[in-house]
Amino acid sequence: MSTPAGPRPGTPSPRRPSVLFEVGTGLVLHAVLVTSLFFLFRGHNAPGGGFIAGLVAGTALVLAYLAGDTSAGRRAAGATPRPGVVLGVGLLLAAGTAVAPWLGGGQVLESGYSHPHVPVLGGVSLASVLIFDIGVYLVVVGLVLAVLSTLGEQAGTSLAPGGEEDR
Amino acid sequence: MLAVLAAHAGLAVLAGLLAPRLGPRAFYVAALAPLSGVVLALAAAPDVLAGRAWGREVPWVPGLDLTVALRLDALSLLMLVLVSGVGTLIFLYCASYADRDSPLVRFAATLTAFAGAMVGLVLADDVILLYVFWEATTITSYLLVGLSDEDRTARRAAMQALLITTLGGLAMLLGLIVLAQQAGTTRLSEIVAEPPSGALVTAALLLVLLGALTKSAQVPFHPWLPAAMAAPTPVSAYLHAAAMVKAGVYLVARLAPGFAELSWWRPLLVSVGIATMLLGGWRSLRQHDLKSLMAYSTVSQLGFLTAVAAWGSAESAVAAALLLLAHGFAKAALFLTVGAVDHAAHTRDLRLLDGLGRRMPVLAVAATVAALSLGGVPLLLGFIAKEEVYTAFAEAEGTFATVALAGLVLGSVLTLGYAGRFLWGAFAGRPQPSGAEDLDAVPAGERAVAAQDVHAPGAGLVAPVVVLAAAAVALGVLPALLDPLVSAVAAPYPGAGEPVHLALWHGVTPALLLSVLTLALGVALVAARRRWGLLQRSVGRVLPQALDADRTYDAAVYGLDSAADVVTGRTQSGSLPRYLGVIALSATLLPLGGLALRGADLAPGVIVDRPVQIGVGVVIALAALAAARTSSRFAAVLMLGGVGYGVAALYVLQGAPDLALTQFLVETLSVVIFLLVLRLLPRRFPVQTRRSRLRRAAVAVTVGVGMTVLTLAATSVRVRPSVAEEFVARSKPEGGGLNVVNVILVDFRGLDTLGEITVVLIAALGMSSLVLTLRRGRPGADGPHDAVRREEPEVRAP
Repeated sequence: MSTPAGPRPGTPSPRRPSVLFEVGTGLVLHAVLVTSLFFLFRGHNAPGGGFIAGLVAGTALVLAYLAGDTSAGRRAAGATPRPGVVLGVGLLLAAGTAVAPWLGGGQVLESGYSHPHVPVLGGVSLASVLIFDIGVYLVVVGLVLAVLSTLGEQAGTSLAPGGEEDR
Repeated sequence: MLAVLAAHAGLAVLAGLLAPRLGPRAFYVAALAPLSGVVLALAAAPDVLAGRAWGREVPWVPGLDLTVALRLDALSLLMLVLVSGVGTLIFLYCASYADRDSPLVRFAATLTAFAGAMVGLVLADDVILLYVFWEATTITSYLLVGLSDEDRTARRAAMQALLITTLGGLAMLLGLIVLAQQAGTTRLSEIVAEPPSGALVTAALLLVLLGALTKSAQVPFHPWLPAAMAAPTPVSAYLHAAAMVKAGVYLVARLAPGFAELSWWRPLLVSVGIATMLLGGWRSLRQHDLKSLMAYSTVSQLGFLTAVAAWGSAESAVAAALLLLAHGFAKAALFLTVGAVDHAAHTRDLRLLDGLGRRMPVLAVAATVAALSLGGVPLLLGFIAKEEVYTAFAEAEGTFATVALAGLVLGSVLTLGYAGRFLWGAFAGRPQPSGAEDLDAVPAGERAVAAQDVHAPGAGLVAPVVVLAAAAVALGVLPALLDPLVSAVAAPYPGAGEPVHLALWHGVTPALLLSVLTLALGVALVAARRRWGLLQRSVGRVLPQALDADRTYDAAVYGLDSAADVVTGRTQSGSLPRYLGVIALSATLLPLGGLALRGADLAPGVIVDRPVQIGVGVVIALAALAAARTSSRFAAVLMLGGVGYGVAALYVLQGAPDLALTQFLVETLSVVIFLLVLRLLPRRFPVQTRRSRLRRAAVAVTVGVGMTVLTLAATSVRVRPSVAEEFVARSKPEGGGLNVVNVILVDFRGLDTLGEITVVLIAALGMSSLVLTLRRGRPGADGPHDAVRREEPEVRAP
């Protein structure tokens, strides 16, 4: 895994993925992430939505992880938030959107479409469910981050005490 | 009344907030809470004593017909005097008693909350509300007994009190519900006024009484009370003498006007009460710890109270009311005395306390008054109460009344015995060692604490005791002061006629003669202290240990633990394939069973739209077979991914792009996650025995065939039009979106989605902590460097 300072004693030397994969990841990584945002924002009217967009972003993260010890991975190094934070912010956004109308005197989860005659793409009216969808997106991304950061670590150690879990 | 409850709640929070700054003085602030109860009692007294109860109703959960119904009648007033009046004194005492380094925040806040729960309990008229306050006292009591949470004994005592009283509490809830259903009302006052009858009512009452008897520590549930002495002494004085343990007696007294005439009521409750009284008195006479002595004394007096309250005649109601007051005052005073002595001498062992009375004369005098009142010595409140008890039972008809009276007299003799033993132990000088064997002599290797070794307790510790003792004297000399109160308490009972007149001298009556007899025997018991001790020890050696209720409790708790252990061991084998098999089989066979009972049309509708679907289906089937056949984990994962992609392709063919997209992505991610885990597992599956393979094949075929049948049935059982059309129609105008799937997810079924992402979050957290725990559980698997690094996710996103 990503051990920038070279192999530490006692750990298996990281095997480099194929050059093709490395370069390919560098090429498509950003494109995939942008695609995920595309799916997120158009989701209300065409195939997509927060869940799908989150999964797309998840595949991008997986790519970045698999290419982790490569130049592409290092270039991509930046501030990655902790999975817990992403998950928490996501749920907070979704729950907040759910509760906000109620605090304002409406019903829980009441969407911003109280006036059916407002044109669909009329900006403001789109807002409330989009925030909800962004919350869903973040939760899915947070899940993938959590998987990668826990299961992705520690190659070479067996999880099952006896090394064998089928019984 | 609501204001008083609110004051308790508010002050509980306030006292907790102020405790770090004010230290023990926070109790002065908290004392305002019970003081508000006293004010309520004073304000309501004129009306209540004239027979007009105060009532208050506030809707609580209208949908469930739950109401916060409060009612302040004479019995409640009496209890309020105990709970809030004695409570105020105890709060003031706490301010001097508590150490700065004790957990003051918890102490002050919980004690105030307890006082509030207790006030609510005695005011509640709705049975469900009563139960809520009842359990609130249980929970606060648990926290208070376990206040010193680093002490193993305290934790065990708190748990024991919690388990036993909650056991009774749950039974009580059941009983109260049945009782309310049979009576057609949840109002306690109405139930008692027009008591229902029948076998169901008897069962309900027995359940309710189980709650009352556990709460008031009656045989065989008594051991929790002496154990609960691990609590700080003021807590014991309040919970275990004046207030909480009286809740059971209160409930018995509350129900007695309506149900005392039932054939089983008196024999059961009076017998239990007298048995408790005798057992408590007997055990009390053998204790060396002053506090344990008081605890068993309380058990004994609670038995006394239960027996008298359960008798349920107008005379016995008067007696019970007096006894409640007398015991509340005297016992709280004596507990507070123990606290003061402990504070000064740092021990409560009566074998070690040598002549402390000389050092603390005021306390000694006040405690003597309280102890004598407890023992029923004339000119004190306890005497008046005991006279009334004897009168009530002597005038009642029937053999059982006479037997009960004999038991009560015997119990009262023991009471005098331990009251004397308490005074002798706390304040008198130790006898010179003589040749005779004395169980109360200073134990070998210990040194007695003499009067000159201790400091006198502060005024804050003595004053409450003096006030309580003074009350016992005042009411004992002028019992007529209590006439209106006891008359009002007795009013609901059948046969209550003219107002009661209490007096010190009734002339030479049977009751007086019995009192004289009690006094004479009691004094003899105190005088023969040493020989009686030896006698009790020899009797104790003869009795089998199986009679020890505490052992029974231990055995029950241990038995429950090991039963749970066995059940868990049998059902939670830890084998993933077995869990999967159980889940899959249940998910298939249960609906199939339902289907078999109901019958369904299995004729398939359209199975194939286009030929290409057949091709995809064949690919899926081949991939599934390959996944099952291969011995390589890696290949199996890839094949499973193939199955998933195939299904996604079917979605595409059916025109469900959202579904297909989701399926593709989920499959992709699943394969990667599987591979991450595979790195930690052996490359190949272990070799299976033939039997194991057949078993797995059977499960797989059952689930597969079952799901097929269910799917076919599901397509044919629709009786209402699909919601899909409605959703599609409403999507644009109401949801404002053209993609109906997304509109359903974020709008129509937004709450479902919210629930689902919450599950996702919990799953992510659970997985993380599970994996981290597994790693931490293996020492040497990773160094400290890794432990730090783990905090940062390995993934780098741009």
